[in-house]
Amino acid sequence: MFAELLQYLLSGLTIGAIYALAGLGFSIIYNASHVINFAQGEFIMIGGMASATLTASGVPLPLAILIGCGGAMLVGVLVAKFAVERARNASTVTLIIITIGASIFLRGVAELVWGKDFKRLDAFSGETPIQILGASMQPQSLWVVGTAAVLIVAIGLFFSRTLTGKAILATSHNRLAAQLVGIDVKRVVLASFALSAALGAVGGAVVAPITFSYTEMGIMLGLKGFTAAVLGGLGHGPGAVAGGLIVGVAEALGAGYISSAYKDAVAFVIILAVLLFMPNGLFGKRGTERV
Amino acid sequence: MRKSLLSTIAATVTAAIAVSGALMGPAAAAEPIKVGAIVSATGPASFLGDPEKKVLELYADRINKAGGVDGRPVQLTVYDDGGAADKAASFTKRLIESDGVDVIVGGTTTAATMAAVPLVERAGVPFISLAGAVVIVEPVKKWVFKTPHTDRMAAEKVMEDMKARGLTKLALLSEDSGFGKSGREQTVAVAKERGIELVADETYGAKDTDVTAQLTKIKNNAAAQAVLVFGLGQGPAVVTKNYRQLGIALPLYQSHGVASKEYIRLAGGAAEGVRLPAAGLVVAAQLPESDPQKTVVTDFTKTYEDAFKSEVSTFAGHAYDGLMIALDAVKRSGGTDKAKLRDAIEQTKGYVGTGGTVTMGPKDHMGLTLDAFHMVEVKQGDWSLVK
Repeated sequence: MFAELLQYLLSGLTIGAIYALAGLGFSIIYNASHVINFAQGEFIMIGGMASATLTASGVPLPLAILIGCGGAMLVGVLVAKFAVERARNASTVTLIIITIGASIFLRGVAELVWGKDFKRLDAFSGETPIQILGASMQPQSLWVVGTAAVLIVAIGLFFSRTLTGKAILATSHNRLAAQLVGIDVKRVVLASFALSAALGAVGGAVVAPITFSYTEMGIMLGLKGFTAAVLGGLGHGPGAVAGGLIVGVAEALGAGYISSAYKDAVAFVIILAVLLFMPNGLFGKRGTERV
Repeated sequence: MRKSLLSTIAATVTAAIAVSGALMGPAAAAEPIKVGAIVSATGPASFLGDPEKKVLELYADRINKAGGVDGRPVQLTVYDDGGAADKAASFTKRLIESDGVDVIVGGTTTAATMAAVPLVERAGVPFISLAGAVVIVEPVKKWVFKTPHTDRMAAEKVMEDMKARGLTKLALLSEDSGFGKSGREQTVAVAKERGIELVADETYGAKDTDVTAQLTKIKNNAAAQAVLVFGLGQGPAVVTKNYRQLGIALPLYQSHGVASKEYIRLAGGAAEGVRLPAAGLVVAAQLPESDPQKTVVTDFTKTYEDAFKSEVSTFAGHAYDGLMIALDAVKRSGGTDKAKLRDAIEQTKGYVGTGGTVTMGPKDHMGLTLDAFHMVEVKQGDWSLVK
């Protein structure tokens, strides 16, 4: 009985760590530009596809991940520069629709570049399952959780210790005031897109051995990441991480104890409940503060 | 004088027309055989439709270079429905009404096929589908035939193998896709007939990245003696990896939906020991010389791989079988009269194709028996025939 529960928890935490990374990307961009970037899933896809195809053609794994990261950052900046920035006077809804358009476009391009088939990336440290009190997990799960933890701490330090990080935070609190004290808001938006693209790409590379990579892998991961971000309170970094883990564990418990047919429904029931009863999420600031 | 010149010209022209008219006679005999095709060469089902399209074009070309069928060239018209059933319907309409085809091959997916069925039934055009589900030929529809094996046969083959191993209690894990759902229904039905007890009936999402929760339930089900997974694409590979991760010791069966090298490549070492029913094409090199399919599948594999430099798939084979059955029927019926052609397709007997030996009849518009499936096991990263 306990082993069963532990197994569900381990599965949930692994998948939750992936959602957390995606959710964090949503939060960073939302903070800087108040745009919900639905192309976040595509950044994950770029990271996964690039690392899988590059390693297959002989590039060492760390270099492949770096290249994937760089590529995703470039794409992120291009999306910000040519799609979001050009429409900056448009309403938020329009901007969101633009990012959906960008995500469809990116998927199409990826299909042309990499083809439609699934790519395999070998697990970073073997595939011998690790046994814990009767439950078991893939070593790659540790990589996912570990990478997520490191990135989350690094992002936290970036926001609290570096000038650029503080500039992004300042912009999120008050765009006009930030501009008045000399922060180049446009560059902050570009930096936030690059940052969340890099986060997504690293996430994509570490999850690829578990999920396989293909051009449409970003759709579901993006949606679940969005759920995580909303659950934690949009724009709240640690909240997004908690949200991701909660969604992942809830899904695994739902599939295990209720019915596997409703696994995906769990995440969306959560998001509906959150939007109805606590629109600011678990940790979000109350809406009035934003006036 | 002038008038006589004009009349001479007129006479010459008339003669010329008469002569060309006479020439039209033999030309009419060499009128092309119009084969229409609707495949999903792009879109989500492109991994099925793309090889199908390539095979149809390749073989139409080869047949024409070799002099056609009874001296008549094959004129192939291929439309790509992009995986959308409504497009498949409108292309079928176009094939029947504007292109005036004699026979239609295609409908990559069951949905596309079923969208085309009412149209071909009404117009009375022979139609050979390349899609899997049983509903296409059960109940029998006058003008509709199909080449691939059904999910029902896959379930039967798996249970036959289970019985041979003395296993009677099966845990089912099916995908929530059309293929998986239909496979689940057939498995439930066949299990009843064959006295196999279904002790677990779990599902997973086609895009799930982790199914350990469902597998943990199966693992803790003390009654289960074997596990059958019904799905397509990457899902079954994820299941296989999770299965090994949890260290489940029961025999694992997959459906014919993963009978391509891609599955082994994705699942890697985890696929070792997995059994599944597959067409002879998949194990062409391993078939004994005595197998009637041996020459057909080895030739087809070689032709395909030489032409496209990529691995042959069973789906490519379905298209080959569809085209060959249609042209064989043209030969036997001595023309392209649609009603006679239909009857000739229905009378197909002992045609050896990539899917197996096809013998159709008024009550069987697929014509394959369980022998068409070979039970294969993954050994050292390759298929190996289970003897």
